[in-house]
Amino acid sequence: MEDSTDEAVILGRARDGDHRAFAQLYSLHKRRIYSLCLRMVGNVAEAEDLTQEAFLQLHRKLATFRGDSAFSTWLHRMVINVVLMRLRKKGLSLVSLDEAMEPIAEERPGRTLGGPDLNLTGSIDRLALERAIANLPAGYRLIFVLHDIEGYEHNEIASMLECSIGNSKSQLHKARLKLRDSLRIHSRQETRR
Amino acid sequence: MTEELASISCQEFQDQLPELIGSGLNLADHPHYRNCERCRALLADLESIAQAARQLLPIAEPPDKLWDQIEMAIKAETESPNRG
Repeated sequence: MEDSTDEAVILGRARDGDHRAFAQLYSLHKRRIYSLCLRMVGNVAEAEDLTQEAFLQLHRKLATFRGDSAFSTWLHRMVINVVLMRLRKKGLSLVSLDEAMEPIAEERPGRTLGGPDLNLTGSIDRLALERAIANLPAGYRLIFVLHDIEGYEHNEIASMLECSIGNSKSQLHKARLKLRDSLRIHSRQETRR
Repeated sequence: MTEELASISCQEFQDQLPELIGSGLNLADHPHYRNCERCRALLADLESIAQAARQLLPIAEPPDKLWDQIEMAIKAETESPNRG
């Protein structure tokens, strides 16, 4: 593979059908794209499959990239669509997020209304946070990843998932509460050690 | 109005949080927030979580075999474009 850091040049070559340039694009973006898929679906085999599908899509659609946005922004949006399409095919109704993605009662995040409290102090353990995200119910995880990790706004998420903005906000809030619960448990366990 | 807001319960305040967070309003000005240590701690935690999430890096590398599979699939599509 050529050792070029100029993504625009690589992009241009890949668009012209240069296979080595496409391989370079893969090398540059594989880690972020795979991680995005893995975080969205929480399953290694499925994340691999989705990464493959995403790069196949990229190969088909690269010629349509006009540079109106940064390439990584365009690519991430395309990958998210690939993942969402897969979830829809699997029968996960993204339209009725309220019902389809609402966790069962005992999984609902706890409120902070009474009893002794343990606040998260200092910096949050990155691995514990990753584990907690992976253990979130599918709907919570999807919105948390899109909003808090990928940086999409609620109106964009509502449009992607075909749900209301209020629904997106509510799911995000519940996701953060659930993460807080998990991190507090982790923090207690660490303290006992 | 301020008195009304100050007298709301933690439950009522927390029910409003999905709309209040990220609304552009300064929650530190909310009377309940000012008076309730527990809700302040909750909000601080939620902010810490959001902040930590923004700093997360890619977690994993796909296996090497994945590129081989992608290459094969591209080759198959190129040779038989109607198949995909």
